[in-house]
Amino acid sequence: MTEPVLQTRDLSKSYAGLQANRNIHLQLQRGEIHALIGPNGAGKSTLIGQLAGEIKPTSGQIFFKGRDITTSAGHARAHLGLSRSFQVTSVFDDMTVLENLALAVQAHDRHSFRFFSRVSQNRRFNRPACELARQFGLEQYHAVLAGELGHGEKRQLEIAMTLAGNPEVILLDEPMAGIGPGGTAELIRLLDGLRGQVSMLLVEHDVQAVFALADRISVLVYGEIIATGSVEEIRANPQVQQAYLGDAC
Amino acid sequence: MSRRVMWILAGGGLLLLALPWLAQAMDESYLTTTVTRVMILAIAAVSLDLIVGYGAMVSFGHAAFFGLGAYVAAILSHHFHLGDALLGLPYGIGGSNELLLVMLLAMLVAAVVAALTGLISLRTQGIHFIMITLAFAQMLFYLFVSLDVYGGEDGLVMSGRNHLPGIDTADDNQFYYVCLLALLLYVFLARRLVNSPFGRVIRGSKSNPRRMQALGYQTYWYRLVAYVIAATGAALAGVLMANMNEFVDPGLFSWQLSGELLVMVILGGLGTIYGAVIGASVFLLLEILLSAYTEHWMFFLGPFLVLVVIYARHGLFGLLQNRARRND
Amino acid sequence: MLLLIEQVLNGLQLGFMLFLLSAGLTLVFGVMNLINLAHGSFYMVGAYVAATMIQHGSGFALALLVALAAAALCGLLVEVLVLRHLYHRDHLDQVLATFGLILFFNESTRMIWGRQPLFMQLPEFLSASVEILPGVPYPLYRLVIIGVGLLVAVGLYLLISHSRVGMRIRAGASNRDMIAALGVNIRWLYSLVFALGALLAGFAGVMAAPLYAVESGMGESILILTFVVIVIGGIGSVKGALLGALLVGLVDTLGRAFLPQLLQGLFDSSSANSVAASLSSMGIYLLMVLVLAIRPRGLFPA
Repeated sequence: MTEPVLQTRDLSKSYAGLQANRNIHLQLQRGEIHALIGPNGAGKSTLIGQLAGEIKPTSGQIFFKGRDITTSAGHARAHLGLSRSFQVTSVFDDMTVLENLALAVQAHDRHSFRFFSRVSQNRRFNRPACELARQFGLEQYHAVLAGELGHGEKRQLEIAMTLAGNPEVILLDEPMAGIGPGGTAELIRLLDGLRGQVSMLLVEHDVQAVFALADRISVLVYGEIIATGSVEEIRANPQVQQAYLGDAC
Repeated sequence: MSRRVMWILAGGGLLLLALPWLAQAMDESYLTTTVTRVMILAIAAVSLDLIVGYGAMVSFGHAAFFGLGAYVAAILSHHFHLGDALLGLPYGIGGSNELLLVMLLAMLVAAVVAALTGLISLRTQGIHFIMITLAFAQMLFYLFVSLDVYGGEDGLVMSGRNHLPGIDTADDNQFYYVCLLALLLYVFLARRLVNSPFGRVIRGSKSNPRRMQALGYQTYWYRLVAYVIAATGAALAGVLMANMNEFVDPGLFSWQLSGELLVMVILGGLGTIYGAVIGASVFLLLEILLSAYTEHWMFFLGPFLVLVVIYARHGLFGLLQNRARRND
Repeated sequence: MLLLIEQVLNGLQLGFMLFLLSAGLTLVFGVMNLINLAHGSFYMVGAYVAATMIQHGSGFALALLVALAAAALCGLLVEVLVLRHLYHRDHLDQVLATFGLILFFNESTRMIWGRQPLFMQLPEFLSASVEILPGVPYPLYRLVIIGVGLLVAVGLYLLISHSRVGMRIRAGASNRDMIAALGVNIRWLYSLVFALGALLAGFAGVMAAPLYAVESGMGESILILTFVVIVIGGIGSVKGALLGALLVGLVDTLGRAFLPQLLQGLFDSSSANSVAASLSSMGIYLLMVLVLAIRPRGLFPA
């Protein structure tokens, strides 16, 4: 087995004595879709926050492409190729769809201290932005303000922005939340299309979506990973059935 | 922007271009100096719009940089006319009377001060940012009040305006055109700035800073640079103001002036650049018009501002655009 | 040493006066999320009304009562006519509108009372001095201000933490939607809080009238200090306002009193004086920058 593209070692986070994550050993293999499931309050968002660099771990380490990034800031991780989406859709409401995507592309320029050229005519930003819009079925919304998009389209934009700059790993925080069955099916299709192109850590409540997409699944309960394995293994695991699937279904 | 708004702006521009002749024809030459003053404050208001309107950095201390610019001009002119060196340095830099050089130095001084104070101010947000920028401006105010060498509380008189090759700056009409050119150039540069890659980063940091971080932007430094750029604009306006009045005093740093600049920007409409120009013009012209009729013009201006806030949500420029859109 | 005690008392007196002003401002900010630049106008109204009453031969107590009523009424009117429309607006809109109100109030006082400042005579029973230490007289009136400030602080504490209205105020500050869901009449609560803040500001104005000149624009110079206080204390926190007010009062007063002597060791006396004057004027702003640099949301963030 090759070295995992993203892994954590003994990663722990506690808030005022409360353990949100405990000794997490998580390995994301190159190219896989790895789902992270668990009941509410299991510490999934805390883990994503630590991986993305928004939450400082209490102890333990995070390695990305073999490099210790435990103390790197969020923006630095984005530049290394580790990108995230947000659970509550977080786009630039007062910009158009194309501007949102172009701004995401622009982030991967070495710097943006360019004061005079017209950004709206910058083909280096616009071309990949158009490509992303096409890939996510947003072409007809180019000039629409993101704040005026429907919920499903907004979520697609959210994920499209995460993919700007060709990251190697994306962290998706509950992408299916609140978009309805039609939107979910569409999103599953889109994410499935990314398989192999990018490694994915997918936090998701929708068990059907997880079973449809994941190569492997890790189960987080009370801040600890209690099992990791293929879809079949996780389905068959009695501990998981009791701790999670039991009360979810 | 709609065609109608373009026409209005173009008409305004033409009027500005012809104003000194008109004023002379009407035998109201004070109009020229009045509008010069409006244009200078409009430059300062535009520079404030860069950070308030586009970056949500509400500075209540923008007059600090206006005052700094003005004092740089006055102090350099002071030493130029005395023929001695700055700060009593034995063989240091003397004064200067070259307008362009003075502008450059004033912008440099403002940039350094803005960078240092911005490093601290930008750690705070919202009302705290408003107050900390006010605090720094107040400190500069008291610093210049205590600088007895440069007149302290009484201010410093300049012996004539700075020199500009080929132009007689002492002539009010010619000075008017210098200021008009400065305003047009500054508005052009400001429009380019807000539409540049940098400008988009600043807008993004206003709208959703967390997402900006996640995308890979280190927003703090972009915001700091924006803050510095805005400060240099105010300093530029300050140099012109010192030249126009041939006098500076610590009142240029006052929080009242900072407040008025803010009012001009909000009145005209945030985040449009043109709005700042309109806001400055309307605010000052209203002041002048009302005071021609009554000594108690503030009694009317105050409620007018309240009504604008309640009924014109995006300022006067927003009102103009909405009307134009409805008519199109 | 004696000078020190005297100056500390002076500092406390300024501090408690600032507290009267900041308590209302910080409550309005915390509960309604409103920046009110015109808060100083209520202070001015209180001072003008009291000074005028006394000039016309009224007793101090009656003048105080009428001034408080006038300030509270002004506050109520401003809230109902203008600010009520602005609670859900951007802070910038609030800044612009309340700036307009300042212009209106300042000009109105000029139209009514003219440009000359008024001076208010202290009633005899308050103009005495007391010996705080054997052989050290201190003006009674300043002690009264300190006492009044303390009483108001205790009163506010009781009101906010031990009464039904106070419970609603606290709930409103932490969660607007919840309190609306509980069926509390928000409008009434807001008007009440606002009028209370205006009344306290008017109170400060009455207290200040015998010490400073009563003139148009007097509200703004003290308003800046008040904002410094609530930002240092942490916006929305009455406890923070008290601590911030005392800190600002002491730093400002002690700085002005002792910096010139301290600096005389370093410079010749004339430049020491001017440097000290500017440094001590800057003192409170330095204090604020220091506090915010270390705690960007103030000492007691609500």
